[in-house]
Parts: sequence; C-alpha cells; structure tokens
Amino acid sequence: MSLGGQPYLALSMVVFALGALGLLVRRNVLVMFMCVELMLNAANIAFVTFARMLDDIGGQALVFFVLVVAAAEVVVGLGIVVAIFRRRRGATADDLHMLKG
Amino acid sequence: MLHLAYLMPALPLAGFVVLACFGRRLGDPVAGWLGTATIAGSFVIACLVTSGLLARPSGASREVTQNLFTWIAVGGLQVHAALLVDPLSMTMALFVTGISSLIHLYSIGYMKGDPDYPKFFVYLNLFVASMLILVLANNLLFTFVGWEGVGVCSYWLVAFWFGRDSAASAGKKAFIYNRLADVGFLLAVFMVFNSTGTLNYLGVFSHVGALSSSTVTAICLLLFVAAVGKSAQIPLFPWLADAMEGPTPVSALIHAATMVTAGVYLMCRINPLLAASHTSQVVIATLGAATALVAATIGCAQQDIKKVLAYSTVSQLGYMFLAVGTGAYEAAIFLMVAHAFFKALLFLGAGSVIHGLDSEQDLKRMGNLRRYMVLTFATFAVGWLAISGIPPLSGFWAKGDILTNAFARYKVLWFVGVATAGLTAYYMSRLTSLAFFGTDRWRGDDAGAGASLVDDGRHADAAGHGSAPHESPWVMTAPLVVLAVLAAAGGVLLLPWSGSWSPLAWIGPVFGQNLYHAHLSTGTQWALAALDSVVAIIGVAVAMRLWVPRPDIPKLEPEVLQRSYFIDDFYDRLIGRPGEALARFSATVVDIKVIDGAVNGAARLARATGSGLRRVQTGFVRQYAIGIVLGLVGLLAWMITRAWS
Repeated sequence: MSLGGQPYLALSMVVFALGALGLLVRRNVLVMFMCVELMLNAANIAFVTFARMLDDIGGQALVFFVLVVAAAEVVVGLGIVVAIFRRRRGATADDLHMLKG
Repeated sequence: MLHLAYLMPALPLAGFVVLACFGRRLGDPVAGWLGTATIAGSFVIACLVTSGLLARPSGASREVTQNLFTWIAVGGLQVHAALLVDPLSMTMALFVTGISSLIHLYSIGYMKGDPDYPKFFVYLNLFVASMLILVLANNLLFTFVGWEGVGVCSYWLVAFWFGRDSAASAGKKAFIYNRLADVGFLLAVFMVFNSTGTLNYLGVFSHVGALSSSTVTAICLLLFVAAVGKSAQIPLFPWLADAMEGPTPVSALIHAATMVTAGVYLMCRINPLLAASHTSQVVIATLGAATALVAATIGCAQQDIKKVLAYSTVSQLGYMFLAVGTGAYEAAIFLMVAHAFFKALLFLGAGSVIHGLDSEQDLKRMGNLRRYMVLTFATFAVGWLAISGIPPLSGFWAKGDILTNAFARYKVLWFVGVATAGLTAYYMSRLTSLAFFGTDRWRGDDAGAGASLVDDGRHADAAGHGSAPHESPWVMTAPLVVLAVLAAAGGVLLLPWSGSWSPLAWIGPVFGQNLYHAHLSTGTQWALAALDSVVAIIGVAVAMRLWVPRPDIPKLEPEVLQRSYFIDDFYDRLIGRPGEALARFSATVVDIKVIDGAVNGAARLARATGSGLRRVQTGFVRQYAIGIVLGLVGLLAWMITRAWS
C-alpha cells in the first residue's frame, strides 16, 4: 500500500462536511437522517484510516461500535419519524417545534 | 449499718417508679400510703446509718464514701455516682427524710379527692429522692443531678394545678429563676475541674492550698450564685413567693423545709473553699443580712397567709447565709434544722386553716379561729413563738447563735439581724392575730364580692363559708403535733452547751479549722441573749396590740411592701418588656423581611434565570444542530492553535 492515508482522510472530511451541511440546510427529517448517517460513516472512514496508519487495531474495533450505535439510532429515529408521519402529513423539521421553551 | 446508705435515695426512687407505673391503679389513698411508707423507710435507714456513724470515733473515720458505680469515665475525668456519708450530710438526710415523711402523711389527708392524687405522690417521691442525692453526693456533678432533680420537681409541683393560669406561670417562674442560677453552678463545676482535675469534694478540698485566691473566690461566688437562686436570696427571691400557688404540702416541703435549704447546704459543704476566700464570705454575709431584712419588711404587709410565710422563709434563709458568711456553719445548720421544724409546722398549720375554711387564704377573711380549730391553733402557736424567737423555743437558740457570731465579726450585720428579728416577731404575730384572734370575719356576708384567694380548683365554688370552720382529720393534725414538739424541744436537743449532744461535737469536725469561734465573755453572751428576747417580745407585743382589735391598718401596709418593692415590675421592665419587644421585632422584621426575604429571593432568582434561558430553547432542531457545529468548529480551532503554538 504505497498510497498514504491523506486521500482517505480527505474523503472522510468531505463526506463529513457534506453531511453537516445537509443537516443544516435540508428540512426533510428523512434527509436529515441520511445526513447524520453520512457524518457517522465519515467518522468510520477516518477511524479505519488511522488504524492502518498507526497500526492499531483499536480504531477498527471502534468502527463496529459506531455501526451498532448507528443501527440502533436509526431504529429509534425511524420509529419516531413513522409516528410523526402518521399524525401529520409532512415531516418538515421546522414544523416540529412543540418542545419550544 | 453504713453500707445501707444507698437505700436512702433508692427507696423513694423505687416508690417513684412504682407509683409512676401503677399509681393510677392503686388510687386514693393506697398510692399516698405507699409514698409515705417509702419515705418513712428512708428515714429509718437514715437513723440506722447515723447510729452507725456515731459508733465510730469522731474525726476522719466518720467520712465514709460509698461508691455505687462509675458514671462518667472520659480520660482524666472520672465521675462516680458515690455517696459521702458524714455528719453534715447525715444531719441533712435525717431532717429531710423526717420532715418529708410527716408531710407525706399530711398530704394523704390534704390531697384527698384530688383527681391527680397518685401523680402528686409520684412527684413528691421523686423530689425527696433528688434531695437525698443532692445531700449525699460525694462530688459536685452528682450533687448537680439532685440539684436539677429538685428544680424540675418543684416546677411540676408548683404548677400542679396547672389548669389555673397563675399556677402554671408560677411554675415556669420557679423553673426559670432556678435555671438562671444553675448557670453559676455549671460554670463553677467547669472551673473546679479545670483548676483541680477532680470534682470529688474531698479531692477538691485537698487542692485548696494550691489554688490562687482569685480562683477560689470565683468558684465560691459562682456556687453562691447557684445558692442564691435555689435559696431565694436577693435578687432571685420572687419565685419563692409565687411558688405558693402549689398545694400547701408542697409549700411546706419544698419551699420551707428542704429544697430551699439546698443552697445553704452547698455553702456549708464547700466550707474549706469559703475559708480561703475572705471576699466571698463578706459578700455572702452581706447579701444574707440584706435579704433577711428586705424579706421581713415585705412579710409585714402581705395579705395571703402563705405569702407571709414564704417571705418569712426567704428572711430566715438570709439569716442562714449570714451565718455561713460569718463562718458559723454549725449555727447555719442549727437554724436550718430548727427552721425546718417550725416552718413545716407553720405551713402545715396554715394548710389546716385553709382546708378548714374551704380554701380561704386571705388573712382579712379569717379571724378568731382559735375557738374553732383548737389543735391547729395550739400547734401553730408553738411555731409562731418559735420563729419569733421567744425563749426557750428552738428559734431563740438558733437565731441567738447566729447573732452572737455576727456580733463578734460584723457589727453592722448584727444590727441588721437584730432589727430583722424584731420584724420577724412582728409579722408573725400579725399573721397569728389576724387568723386566730379578733372577730369572725370568715362569716362571708359579702361572699363572692371580694376577690377571695382560692387555693385550688376543687373548692372554687366555696368562696363564701356557710358552715363554721372545721378541724382537720387526724392524718393532718398528727404531723402538726409531732412538729410542734420538735419545734419546741429542738432548741434544747441542740443546745450548744449540753455535752455530747451539742452540734459542735457532732457536726464540728466536718468544718474543723474553718469554723468561726466567737470569743465573747459570758456576760456579753447573756446580754445579747437578753436583747434578742426583749426585741422578740416587743415585736410580739406591738403586733398583738395593733392587729388583734383591728384587721385593717392601711398605713402599715403600704403598696410598696405589698408588691415586694415592685421587684416584679422591675424585672418586667428590665427583661420582660425588652424581651417581648425583641420577640416582636424578630417576628415582624427578622422573620418576614430577612428570613422570608432570603427564601423568596432565592426562588425569584431561579425563576428569572429560567425565564431568561427559555428563549434559547426554540424547538427548531436545525438551530440546535448549528449550535453543535459551531461548537465543534470552535473546539477544533482551539485545538489547532494550541498544537501550533
């Protein structure tokens, strides 16, 4: 593997930035969810890269935890989204501000 | 015999426990007889122990310590619950148990029909037990247990008919005055332990030589403060007059014969300390003489039969302190014993009068009772002449002994004492004239109009006396007869010059070197005795001439004396009113403004912060997200700058 870690890290950065930007600008809850997944996977890429660069298996192990947490989060999140869809027609994030202080 | 000593306080204590648990079931009169039996048993034990003590040679072998158990053991402080049996404590124990048995017997008749009959004997037994602990304890702290015990029992007994406002507040008054004085006792205990490392009387006395004179004086004066409260001296005497709100046997037991003598006993007990402090001796003698005179003048103008006797007690206690201050301890003990006889007799006689007149205590509504209550009058007359100092009754000898010593040491105080003796004869004769001589003023044609002083609630309806006064039952008159014999003969028994029976030979060794010896010629002594008798006779004659024909001489009963020199008003102004003002200030300003203000302020602050911060919580998820992102950016920026620098 002659290629260094930098391109992978750059990819991770771009994906993360795209995810964050998407989270901020989109209003559809489902799309926002996808953006969160993008950010998590960007982090995973970075983890794997660093694991290779530093020759430490810890980073790769951590990825599994992130995957599990992401899966659980998606289950709960999608459950909430489905419940919201049932009660009201759309799923626009800005309309859901009942918890306003 | 001596090993029985622990039974003296134990028997009344056992009586207290049994009566407290089963008193209601035993009821009237079994509870009373049981209470009386325990005290009488205690008296028998006291006699046995005394005979055991007399069998030993005079001197240090008559100081026997009986250790019961170790009470407190903390480092260097070892306090034992131990009894000190010596001639002084046994003299006290003998007359305390003896007089208490008679008064218990009397109470069986006096308290008959009271709804709280068993409770009365519960308190009475605990009182006697506490008094015996006080007297017999071998260290200051154990004495303090008894000291507090009699204090709290006196509170319960004075406020026994607590349904009446006056009785309830009199009880509180007695308690508060006593507590005030107890501060002195506690401070003295601390100081004694600090300077000698022990609280045991004999141990402390062996250290006296090593103490600085200012320390000794401070300890003596602090203990004297305690004695002033318990023995009702200036300025803490008003509680004793108010304590007459209790049932009459209580007045006789606590406030004449036993409890109030505790202060005098304490002073006699610490005689080696007093001997090392001339200042405190002068203070004690002066205050004693002043109290004797002031209380006697107040006694001249009181209308309530029991209040006259109360102030007379204060006055006689003043004499005892005069004797203590002079160093004539055996004279103080002598008067204490004689006073216990005749004052108990007078109080019980007064109780018999009150009982016979259906709870009338106002002297102005008595009169001519000698025709109706023959036995009461005969015995009361003995007490009256004894306290007046008419020879050869006990009061004459006791007072004469004190005055002779005072004459030799403090001439001014001797003069005050003689003046007081005249006043004593005067006010006691006034009381007797008003109650037993003159006309039958108790035939209440103006019944209910006058504010009659009602002794207790159960006869409250009997303000006007329809029927003639009646003699009391035998349980009440028998103690009177016994006490009358003692009051008459007490002086002869304790005559200073009757050989082996003299108090000097018996009690003297306890005081040893500290005893003051008046070196007066026989002629001077005779002259002083003659002067005392003449003063007493003049006092009696003047009073009889004035008060037998007329019950009302307003000139001789000025308001200032009736209201005891306005001392209650003075305390009210000095402490009562400012205290009330302080309480009101606390309630209206401190409580509402400061305390409530702080609590409400904290709540208001929390609410303001909350309503300020709720604006941040908009409910827009993307706003939160940008917050997180900005935070992340900030964090990263900070880390990067740190890494570079």
